[in-house]
Amino acid sequence: MGVEKTVILDGVGIKRALTRIAHEILEKNKGIEDLALVGIRTGGVHLAHELAARLAEIEGETLPIGAVDITLYRDDIKSLAPHTPVGKTDIGFSLEGKRVVLVDDVLYTGRTIRAAMDALMDHGRASSIQLAVLIDRGHRELPIRADFVGRNVPTSQKEKVQVQFDDNNRPVEVVLEK
Amino acid sequence: MEFKHKHIIALRDLNKAEIELLLSTAENMREVNSRDIKKVPTLRGKTIINLFYEASTRTRTSFELAGKRLSADTVNISTSTSSSTKGETLSDTALNLLAMKPDIIVMRHSVSGSHYYLANKINCSIINAGDGAHEHPSQGLLDMLTMKDKFGRLDGLKVAIVGDIAHSRVARSNIQGLTKLGSSVYLAGPPTMMPPGVERLGNVTVCATMKEAIQDADVVMMLRIQQERQGKTLMPNAREYSRYFGLNPENVKWAKPNAMVMHPGPINRGVEMSSFVVDGDQSWILKQVENGVAVRMSMLYHVCGGELE
Repeated sequence: MGVEKTVILDGVGIKRALTRIAHEILEKNKGIEDLALVGIRTGGVHLAHELAARLAEIEGETLPIGAVDITLYRDDIKSLAPHTPVGKTDIGFSLEGKRVVLVDDVLYTGRTIRAAMDALMDHGRASSIQLAVLIDRGHRELPIRADFVGRNVPTSQKEKVQVQFDDNNRPVEVVLEK
Repeated sequence: MEFKHKHIIALRDLNKAEIELLLSTAENMREVNSRDIKKVPTLRGKTIINLFYEASTRTRTSFELAGKRLSADTVNISTSTSSSTKGETLSDTALNLLAMKPDIIVMRHSVSGSHYYLANKINCSIINAGDGAHEHPSQGLLDMLTMKDKFGRLDGLKVAIVGDIAHSRVARSNIQGLTKLGSSVYLAGPPTMMPPGVERLGNVTVCATMKEAIQDADVVMMLRIQQERQGKTLMPNAREYSRYFGLNPENVKWAKPNAMVMHPGPINRGVEMSSFVVDGDQSWILKQVENGVAVRMSMLYHVCGGELE
């Protein structure tokens, strides 16, 4: 039996979801003052750039964007043999007093988000951290929820959800693998 | 790419992809060292013993900081304070330390190959911080990372290494690593300090004069004259050595105009290098030290994920 793949969100759907999230971010924060986006490597970083482009279209100003790699903050590092390569964390602005929107592609157990929040805390004291994800697939293992969700997708733990990007790091579609 | 080694004893034992992985991890770990909070929780609960049978400032401090920045507990033991002065053998010392359950032993020892000997006896990771005239892998890696910082690549670089090649573990690790990553290595030094057959290590050329080695070089790496390892016969005196194999503002011009000058430290100012060059624009010596911490973090991180062979 091969792997069964279903497209659960196509390119147009992703665009609409991101545009809606951009508006929701503005609505909730009443503008873009002190706002910053930090994407979680690697999918979240691409999506953070997409969101930033939309926010710039709406508000006419560009937001600071950072990238965080969570490898060094993982809680399962002991069981990882061999250790996974470490990506680059690149936050070129001070988080002090910023309202940070953390961006990831798929929200699942919540452990990645926990690690990313710890990493952000070590970089400085943001005034708040919010979470935006394209897909929330459930099965949380930690008390974490997203503030902005592109689509809620009920899944079983045996399935895989993947956001696929093209060569220019633009999101193409979201695929569910059974 | 996966790093499956439990020990890092010599760059000779690693392939190109493994060396590249260690370098890229180090590059990405540098960010930790530039923050206000220079600590990540990665190796929390791990214990690292730095066992140094030879004097060291840079390497020991650098390994200690690397461990601490990854949240491991680090303990330093140097010979002057250890039981080896009371006659304990290396293997007894190691087995006793092992009873205290360390995860990694970082060791420097004057006998080449002592790490291989220990690796067979103990079940924790071993990292070589220098063994005799054999290898000094962390130095080789940090040198390569520093060259990569300047040139963005190692492939196709001409690297001149000048000095006491025979006694130099730094030279051996650099030769092993650089030739695997596509650089050409040119060696110069007094014939008494040139190990016979060194060309067999790979893309290595032994030059008759210093000029031949550093002509058009991208990198000029000067080695320390190791007074503590010399018999009196290897060179007449420091002044004569400096005249033929010392780097000064005049002969550094033989290299490419943008060439970088490196030295593993500690420097004998005025012997292998004049102060003008040490403190000059082309000197990357302090950058080497800075990169040392990140490279050692990368090594500690990857051996912790390795498996016992």
